[in-house]
Amino acid sequence: MNDKLINLMADLQEEETMKMVGELIEAGSDPVLILDDARKAMELVGKRFEQCEYFIPDLMMAGEILQGISKVVKPHIKQAQVGSRKGKVLIGTVAGDIHDIGKDIVTFMLDVSGYDVLDIGIDVPAETFVEKTREFAPQVVALSGFLTLAFDSMKQTVEALERAGLREGLKIMIGGGQMDDEVRKYVRADAYGKDAVAAVNLCREWIGG
Amino acid sequence: MEKTPEELYREREKRVLDVIALKKPDRVPVMAMFSFFPAKYSGVTIREIMYDPEKQWKAYWRTMIEFEPDMDQNPFALRYLGPLLETLDFRQLKWPGHGISGNFSYQFVEGEYMMADEYEEFLFDPTDFMIRKYWPRVFGSLGGFRKISPPRHIVTYAMGMSFGFAPFNTPEVAAGLDALKKAGERSMEIASYAASYTQEAKKAGFPMQYGGFTQAPFDTLGDYFRGTKGLMLDMYRRPKEVIRACEKLLILMRDIAVGAAAASGNPRIFIPIHKGLDGFMSMEQFHTFFWPTLKDLMVALINAGLVPCPLWEGDCTSRLSTIGEIPAGRAWYGFEATDIFRAKEILGDRVCIKGNVPLSMMATGTPEDVKAYCKKLIDIVGRDGGYILDAAASLDNAKVENVRAMFEFTKEYGVY
Repeated sequence: MNDKLINLMADLQEEETMKMVGELIEAGSDPVLILDDARKAMELVGKRFEQCEYFIPDLMMAGEILQGISKVVKPHIKQAQVGSRKGKVLIGTVAGDIHDIGKDIVTFMLDVSGYDVLDIGIDVPAETFVEKTREFAPQVVALSGFLTLAFDSMKQTVEALERAGLREGLKIMIGGGQMDDEVRKYVRADAYGKDAVAAVNLCREWIGG
Repeated sequence: MEKTPEELYREREKRVLDVIALKKPDRVPVMAMFSFFPAKYSGVTIREIMYDPEKQWKAYWRTMIEFEPDMDQNPFALRYLGPLLETLDFRQLKWPGHGISGNFSYQFVEGEYMMADEYEEFLFDPTDFMIRKYWPRVFGSLGGFRKISPPRHIVTYAMGMSFGFAPFNTPEVAAGLDALKKAGERSMEIASYAASYTQEAKKAGFPMQYGGFTQAPFDTLGDYFRGTKGLMLDMYRRPKEVIRACEKLLILMRDIAVGAAAASGNPRIFIPIHKGLDGFMSMEQFHTFFWPTLKDLMVALINAGLVPCPLWEGDCTSRLSTIGEIPAGRAWYGFEATDIFRAKEILGDRVCIKGNVPLSMMATGTPEDVKAYCKKLIDIVGRDGGYILDAAASLDNAKVENVRAMFEFTKEYGVY
C-alpha cells in the first residue's frame, strides 16, 4: 500500500498523482497494486463525499483521475484480473427522460465499489427494463429520472416488472432531481437515494459487500 | 360591485410589488410556473403546444382565466418553439417528434459546445467564437458558418476586404444565411404573439411575472458552452479561465436582461439557478466560482432598475446567509427544495421569498396534503408579508385538483 499515492489521489491532485503513477510503472511497481491503491483512494473520496467535504465536481474529478490511472496501468497488467464482483445492479433513466449525469455518477460509484453494473442508457421503456432484468438477473434495479415526468414512467416500470413476475426478491431504488420518499411510495420502489453514495450504501445493505 | 379588469390588474400588481418591497399586502400573492401543465389541462399534446400558436394561446389563456394567478407567465418565448427549432435544426434540445418519443416536455441535450482548449478564443472575441464555432455546433442549419473568416479580419480595402468575403459565395454559407432569414421570420412571429398575449392579458387584468430571462454566468458557461462535466473538471484544471469566462459572461448576461426588460416594459428578470446548489459544489467553490459574478449580475440589474428573480433550484439551504448580500427589498427568491422556513429566518428582512409546494406532492399527493402544506407556508413564511406562494418549480405533471387547491386555499386563507 502506497499511502502517498492514495492521499494524492484522494486529494484530487491530478498532475502529481499521474506523475507518481508514471514513476511507479517506470520503476517496475506491480500495476495491480497501483489499481488497488486507486480503489482505496476512491473509498476515501466516497467517505469525504458522505461527510459533505466533497461534492459532485470532486466525484467527477476523482473519476477522471481513476480513468487516467487505468489507461496508464492497464497495458502493464499481463493477465486480465477478473476481480470477484459483489453483486449485480441494473441502472437506467426511465422512459421520456434523457438526463444522464446523475445516473453516470451512480454507475461509476457502484462500479468502483465493486458491483457489476449494467447501464442501459436513457429514455428506457419499461419493456426494456423487463427484458434486461430477465437477461442480466440483477439483485438491484436502479431507476434514474430528473423530471416530474419520470414519476409515471418509474411507476410503469415497477408495474411492468411486477407483471413479468420479476419483482419478488428484486430491490428497486430510485433517484434523481425531483425524486423523494413521496415519489418512492407512489412508484412502489423499495428505496429512494439522494445521491451516489446513498445508492452504494443501499446496495451494501441489500446485497452486502 | 365587481371589479373591472383594470382594477384587478392594479390590485394584483400592487400585491406583488408590496411583497417585493417586503411589505404586507392584502393577502399572500399566489402564482405558478405552469410550464406544460396547460397542455394536459386542455387536452392537447405538447407537440401541438410547440407547433400551433393558436392552440397554445387557447390552452394557456384558459389556464390563466380559470386559476387567476396574481401574475402569469407569457408562454410564447419558451413554448412556441417547434417551427423555429426545425428551421435552425437546433441541437441543444430534444422535443416531441425530434428525439423525444411520447407526450413529454422538451429537454436539454448536455454537451461540450465549447471545448476545453477554446477559452482563450472565447475570451478574446466571444461574438466571433459564437458565430463561427458555437452556432455551427448548436444550430445544424448554420454549419456553413464554420467556413467564414473572423469578421474582425475584414477591416478595409487593403486589409481583408478583397478576399475576405469569398466564403459567402459558397453553398454552405449561403444555406446558413438562408436559414437565418427564415429564423428571422419565425422570431418575428414569436415576438408578435408574445407581445399580443401580454397586451390581451393586461386587458383581462393579469400582469406578467417576467419581462426577461438571464442566468448566472457560471450556469451559462456550464449549461450551454462547456457542459456540466466539462465545467466541473475545468474548476480543477483551468480555474483561472473559468473565472475569466464568468466575468466576461457577466456583461453578456446583464445586457441580455436589460435589453429584454426594455423591450417588454417589465423589469422582473427570471434567473433559474442550476449549478450553485448544495451538493453541486462546496461552499468554497461556490464562493470562488459561482457567487461573485451572480451577485455582481444581480446588483447590476438592480442598479439598472430591474428586479432579479432567481429560482434557486434544488437545495440551497447552506447558501442562505451568503445569498442575502444584495440590496434589500429589490428582488424575489424562489426556492425549490431549500428549507424555506429557514430561508424566512435568514432572509426575511432582505428579500421576498417564493415557493415551494413540493412537485412530488403536486403530482402524487391529495388536495388535503397541498392545503396543509400551504397553510404552514402562509403561517410561517407568509408572516408579515414578503412572501409569494408558488409550487417548488414547473407544474408540468401536477394533478389539476392539487393546482386548484393551491390557488383556492391561498386566496382564502392567505388574507392578512
